[in-house]
Amino acid sequence: MIREVMTANKAVAEAARLAKPQVIPVYPITPQTTISEYLAQYVADEKIDAKYVKVESEHSAISAAVGASATGVRVFTATSSQGLMLMHEILFAAAGMRTPFVLADANRAISAPLNIWNDQQDSIAQRDAGWLQIYVENAQEALDTTLMAYKISENPKVLLPSMVCLDGFILTHTVEPVEIPDQEPVDEFLPPYKAEHAFLDPKNPMSIGNLADPDYYLEARHDMQVAMENSIEVIQQTCDEFAEIFGRKYGLVEPYKTEDAEIIFVAMGSLCSTIRVIVDQLREKGEKVGLLKIRAYRPFPVEAIDEAVKNCDKLAVIDKNVTFGIGGALYTDIKAKIHKDAYGFIAGLGGRDITPEAIFEVYEKTKNVPEKEVTWIGLKED
Amino acid sequence: MVDIPDKNLLAPGHRGCAGCGASIAVKLALNALGENTVAISATGCLEVMTTPYPETAWEVPFIHVAFENSGAVASGVESALRIQGKDDVNVVAFGGDGGTVDIGLQSLSGAMERGHNMTYICYDNEAYMNTGIQRSGATPFGATTTTSPMGSASFGEDKPKKNMPMIMAAHGIPYVATASIAYPEDFVKKVKKAAETKGAAYIHLQQPCTTGWGFSSDRTIEMGRLAVETGSWILYEIENGKFDITYRPEERKPVKEYLAPQKRFRHLSDELIEKIQKYVDAECAELGL
Repeated sequence: MIREVMTANKAVAEAARLAKPQVIPVYPITPQTTISEYLAQYVADEKIDAKYVKVESEHSAISAAVGASATGVRVFTATSSQGLMLMHEILFAAAGMRTPFVLADANRAISAPLNIWNDQQDSIAQRDAGWLQIYVENAQEALDTTLMAYKISENPKVLLPSMVCLDGFILTHTVEPVEIPDQEPVDEFLPPYKAEHAFLDPKNPMSIGNLADPDYYLEARHDMQVAMENSIEVIQQTCDEFAEIFGRKYGLVEPYKTEDAEIIFVAMGSLCSTIRVIVDQLREKGEKVGLLKIRAYRPFPVEAIDEAVKNCDKLAVIDKNVTFGIGGALYTDIKAKIHKDAYGFIAGLGGRDITPEAIFEVYEKTKNVPEKEVTWIGLKED
Repeated sequence: MVDIPDKNLLAPGHRGCAGCGASIAVKLALNALGENTVAISATGCLEVMTTPYPETAWEVPFIHVAFENSGAVASGVESALRIQGKDDVNVVAFGGDGGTVDIGLQSLSGAMERGHNMTYICYDNEAYMNTGIQRSGATPFGATTTTSPMGSASFGEDKPKKNMPMIMAAHGIPYVATASIAYPEDFVKKVKKAAETKGAAYIHLQQPCTTGWGFSSDRTIEMGRLAVETGSWILYEIENGKFDITYRPEERKPVKEYLAPQKRFRHLSDELIEKIQKYVDAECAELGL
């Protein structure tokens, strides 16, 4: 194990190297680009024994990923924003064809207006594709989660692809100390992938990606729902196994001072680091407040959330995305599944800084009951 | 003579129309490639008629992902097979004309430019047949389709066919050929050459479509013959940059003989037929036929 200062993009590339993918189809896009550069260099330097497919678009990156995964090899790709939007169609195919590869998404806003900065609209817009989505808070978590994602996706009870979502620039271009595990424990944790359900092999011909008429389609989609439900347990097991080998503990969610909290912030990704500081400051003033970090957004871990928020009065859900006409996606999911008073806050779209003051404002509004169910934080008045 | 084996790697019983040219095309191609092959298909007639779950007509491994990405899917399959040391497995991708010259052009261009060791076969029936005969970039001048219909202000498709084989040749790939299902020996020979080529190979196969072109289902091969004998479809190959005509009709028949039996051209005036004849003459002159 070595400890190095690096960006989350480098940490993801290191995780990909350690996972030993055999095919890496990837196309550059800000702020994911350095992932594609690191991996190209690793292949050029023979640090990974993989084919790096220099595709001409993200659509082809994901298409090549599906084709490669269908032959039974481990595959890695990465993208961001418009790139993920271009992949949209094939994301559904990848999940429907049960190709269990991993994609890192450097979360970035969606055009128009054109904007390269961070929010989580890109991956949120893919939430119905049948992919697991895990949001990370820092570079170490990005590395660890990428490794875990393979083990989760490749589990025969799951066999769905995983998206590791890391906030653009805030994580992808910010350096922090990261522990890079040695290859040996990684190999122990993550043995080589062996496809057993479906694969392309002339010695055992199978047809993959068939036409399914109304007599079969419903069952195929239901199987995906079952796999998604199964993944709750598999994620937890995988996190436990990871903790045993590497000592770092993760879960479906990560509660912070929630036990006796009256108000709990609910958020995903790097924003949680800011909120945690504010929670401590509010606690010093005697406020009973906590944070629930959602790591697994799909599957949506209802039981784990219920358990974490059972003692509180109110939830303040902060979304870095918007589902126009209803509110933030996390907020609407919480409203649908968690029986607590919840208030939605839209913040940070297109890279607008979510300041400590903004978090205090969310807290005050929640405490006094906001005028509106969904409040946009930090809007400039004109 | 080229030996065309009896064993079918595209099994009978699929759901193609009576007289379907696409199934003839794939059967011939797979027979030429043999069992050690992985096939990729774009969405289209071929995929729909051969893989209605839980059935499949494919006796070799087969994958379909979407309409516009068979070049990219094949790139992934090829890369994955090679990294596993499976260098001897043939990788063949099939796309219709829509999936190749229109919506799949970018993905195919990328695959060809990267030089994956694969063969791409476009089975060109000159319109979107699976969705009901809409025009594509490969629809020839004068053909009436459901989206380039003849009418009081229209004689049908008003642009000539996109020259896809030459677009592929411009990628500098080692092997490009045109072919026709009506000339199976020529086609099979080209598929074998393509498979033996180290790098990317492209075959553009004309495939008459009984349903879309409007001729009786027992005349599929005859239409293919007439296309070639009139010079409307020219059989050639470009091997490492060297261009060769692979079949020369003894005497080029008037293009009218090819157009007349097809419903899609039946509305054409003598003047338009003359215009098509001039297109064909010019193309033949350019290629030295």
